[in-house]
Amino acid sequence: MSSTNAKHPELSTIFNKDEARVDWHDETLWWIRQKRDKAAWTIPEWEQLRETASAIKDNVLSNLHDYLLEFEKNATANGIVVHWAADGKEHNEIIHSILQENKVSQIVKSKSMLTEECGLNEYLAKNNIDVVDTDLGERIVQLANEHPSHIVLPCIHWKKEEIGELFHKHLNTPKGNADPQFLTNAARIHLREKFLTRRIAITGVNFAVAETGEFVVCTNEGNADMGAHLADVHIACMGIEKIIPQRKHLGVFLRLLARSATGQPITTYSSHFKKPNAHQKVHIVLVDNGRTVQLGRASFRNSLKCIRCAACFNTCPVYRRSGGHSYHTAIAGPIGAILAPNLDMKKYADLPFASTLCGSCSNVCPVKIDIHNQLYQWRQVITEEGYSPKTKTMAMKVMAATLSKPGLFNFAGKAGRWVVKYLPFLVNNRLNPWYKQRDLPAAPKQSFTEWYKKNRK
Amino acid sequence: MNSREKILSAIKTNQPQLQQLPALEQLAAVRYEDKLQQFIAVLKTIGGTVIEISNTNEIIEYVKYTFNDHQNYVTTLPQLEGINQLDENLDPHILENIEVAIVNALFGVAENGSVWLTDDEMKIRALPFICQHLVVLLDKKSVVNNMHEAYNLIGNNTYEFGVFIAGPSKTADIEQSLVLGAHGPKTMTVFLCN
Repeated sequence: MSSTNAKHPELSTIFNKDEARVDWHDETLWWIRQKRDKAAWTIPEWEQLRETASAIKDNVLSNLHDYLLEFEKNATANGIVVHWAADGKEHNEIIHSILQENKVSQIVKSKSMLTEECGLNEYLAKNNIDVVDTDLGERIVQLANEHPSHIVLPCIHWKKEEIGELFHKHLNTPKGNADPQFLTNAARIHLREKFLTRRIAITGVNFAVAETGEFVVCTNEGNADMGAHLADVHIACMGIEKIIPQRKHLGVFLRLLARSATGQPITTYSSHFKKPNAHQKVHIVLVDNGRTVQLGRASFRNSLKCIRCAACFNTCPVYRRSGGHSYHTAIAGPIGAILAPNLDMKKYADLPFASTLCGSCSNVCPVKIDIHNQLYQWRQVITEEGYSPKTKTMAMKVMAATLSKPGLFNFAGKAGRWVVKYLPFLVNNRLNPWYKQRDLPAAPKQSFTEWYKKNRK
Repeated sequence: MNSREKILSAIKTNQPQLQQLPALEQLAAVRYEDKLQQFIAVLKTIGGTVIEISNTNEIIEYVKYTFNDHQNYVTTLPQLEGINQLDENLDPHILENIEVAIVNALFGVAENGSVWLTDDEMKIRALPFICQHLVVLLDKKSVVNNMHEAYNLIGNNTYEFGVFIAGPSKTADIEQSLVLGAHGPKTMTVFLCN
């Protein structure tokens, strides 16, 4: 995330400077998208499964009040301490107060996009708490003083040689060694020491079951379990929309999650935390941070169905070619572009425009969120509220005026073709952003209207 | 109003009209002609090793032949004589030195190659995550087709902690190169018995 006010177009320009890296980024993510397809095709009822998941989430959003109360009641009966946080600030304060109560200043944390959204690491750093992210990709970006660029693959923008260099600097690995197996083992040794010595572990939550008061955390690395089972205190952080009604519904979501995310049939670990063990305390923090507002926006409510698989990232032609950091928000990609404006419409006014509206995101979404439709609708809202990018608004006004007057339209077409033919530098110059990474096609001899008049018999 | 009340009241105002839950019975979930073979095939593709045995002594022979550091084997299975029985009162941090952990699993899932186990099978929750190599004993007949059948089987079981484990711990965070043994076990071997 950039601390400046740079928007998606400027930030993409930075990413686009290295064309070879853009191609590599694009191809890597497309390969993951293809793995997702292969995994989905092994399940004949895949579409029915998506429909079912979407319908379960419809029910959840329409009955969230009662499900949260049911979850609170059952989790409390299981011995879990339930906290409620209205926003990111309160979430961070609750966690800090638990650390203070336990006199702990060093913790481990497994992947939780919610804590990224709330800026927990920065908050705790200011309060002299040492947080170690234990997901390998997250640890890499943390050592580099960056944020994840992807919610499932946090360092997808990093090359192995750069990671080798980073580990040489921070973990004393031999200079020039960029072997993934070797580097992963170095991180394993480095992080085992943290797991064994830290007394408090934070994890995210993938699903929380109202009926039983249990919550499920999914990882491939096993870092959530290593942290949680070795700590005296386990703090789990979840957005209020992560509730599902009954245990049996986990079957639907666990079938969809990993297949959509990476093309795996299931994550290596799907851990069901129901009761703390005898020597342990478990806290869960339920966070709103704008979710109740989004729940009230009928056009955008469906975005709360998201299970954070990132299939929409991997398929998005804009994300693949502009990189996660160009979205300047914790959750990038198409889903991030419909979640972020709810939090701050002015700051994230650029994001719904960072899309071709091709609809590929909606086609792969395991819970059938109409992502591209919501991107389109956010554009309307943002423009009405006066937050749309100025150059775009101006261009749109000129275009609307031209299209509404046939005489002007014909003249503009003719003039355009003449300019492109004889004075291309007038449009093909550095002042016109359309020409970045694009070439102009040859101008046709005549317009369709001219051709039609001539050929109409 | 505290945050809890604020959140709940905002939800009450903003949540849409009640939508019915879909019936999962309508889902025509995938079934396999030979679910055991499907389970074996999937588990192998995700990095697991599968061995069919006729008696549990074969497990002891296999692990002693395959892994080093014999002193640091531990099991929760009483029938495995000659392997240290796990003392469930141990501090889980001590398990850091465990080379091989041998545990039972309650059932396997054909569609994704995972096995289900609860506190009863692990005794100490950290065990299947902290050991260097995980060995699981599974009854061949226990394999179900898919996750819906899996949760039907789990039903209202009152486990305190339960986990689906599908192969060794893994990561592909460095340039999408798959590496087995991220933080947890570097290998997972499933012994199928009758």
